[in-house]
Amino acid sequence: MSDTAGEQHPIGIYLKIWLLLFVLSAFSYMVDYFHVQGYLRWTLIITFMLLKAGLIVSIFMHFQWERLALKYTLLLPTLAIMVLIGLMLIEGDYTFATRHAFFDRG
Amino acid sequence: MKPAEPLVTSDYTEPGVSGMVRDWGADKQAFDMPWGKLMMWIFLLSDTFIFSIFLTGYMNVRLSATDTWPPASEIFALTVGGVYLPLLLIAIMTFILITSSGTMAMAVNYAYRGDRRRTVILMIATAVLGASFVGLQAFEWSKLIHDGVRPWGNPWGAAQFGSTFFMITGFHGLHVSAGVIYLAIIARKVARGDYEKKGYAIVEITGLYWHFVDLVWVFIFAFFYLW
Repeated sequence: MSDTAGEQHPIGIYLKIWLLLFVLSAFSYMVDYFHVQGYLRWTLIITFMLLKAGLIVSIFMHFQWERLALKYTLLLPTLAIMVLIGLMLIEGDYTFATRHAFFDRG
Repeated sequence: MKPAEPLVTSDYTEPGVSGMVRDWGADKQAFDMPWGKLMMWIFLLSDTFIFSIFLTGYMNVRLSATDTWPPASEIFALTVGGVYLPLLLIAIMTFILITSSGTMAMAVNYAYRGDRRRTVILMIATAVLGASFVGLQAFEWSKLIHDGVRPWGNPWGAAQFGSTFFMITGFHGLHVSAGVIYLAIIARKVARGDYEKKGYAIVEITGLYWHFVDLVWVFIFAFFYLW
């Protein structure tokens, strides 16, 4: 049960990930700094965001070294969030259209 | 009388899906970790839901707002030495939080190696970085409040900007503040040697919480400040 086995990684890996997170953050800042717009902006922002999130969870939180029993326990419930996002995306568009239809009579 | 030996030897060595089926189905505890660590993971899963709901709510009101959304890039800009830098404050806060995550990850590593001195130093460094993050956030809030941002309106456009901003960053800031206190308490106990017998899983558990706070900031940074 002791968790010491398998937890020992050289310090270097944390420094590398740290550096990588710095670079990725700098990239996403550059997206804003150079006024990248439209679909390219959103694609870049989401790509850098997911890369950063993945590095933090898998390396810093040791998720990639956990057993599958925990991985599924934590990952499967988040599918419900995806459903919520999908529903609210539709709902937001609908509300926007309704507001235009009923309040933009001026 | 000695307790009966379990029917299945509790090993957690079998890999892949069959290993998972065995972990869940065999006569043993399902997760190969101290209960505190599992509970922290479950708590973080619930916290994921809370922040996801906040961000989804933000997406919904921003989609449905008929007024133009205030330009975050300009609102959070700073002028340093006559040079106009968009989002500078937020970039600094991001780098501080990432750095604190790095120091925390190293603290966990040194804790399992039994290096108490380095663990305490790194945990205190993490807490100090976290506290400076909260300080910068307080500065950001007072600047915005001074500019006239309120939960019910602001000078630049859609009124929903203020309510979502204060709710999301406020809830995240609260998490960071709680994390700083949590880190300080555990660092003190590590320094006192309270965990010499129990083992240092507690540092990893504290680390999980702290990395999660950093993780949430990654999403807030992308969706609230950069979008």
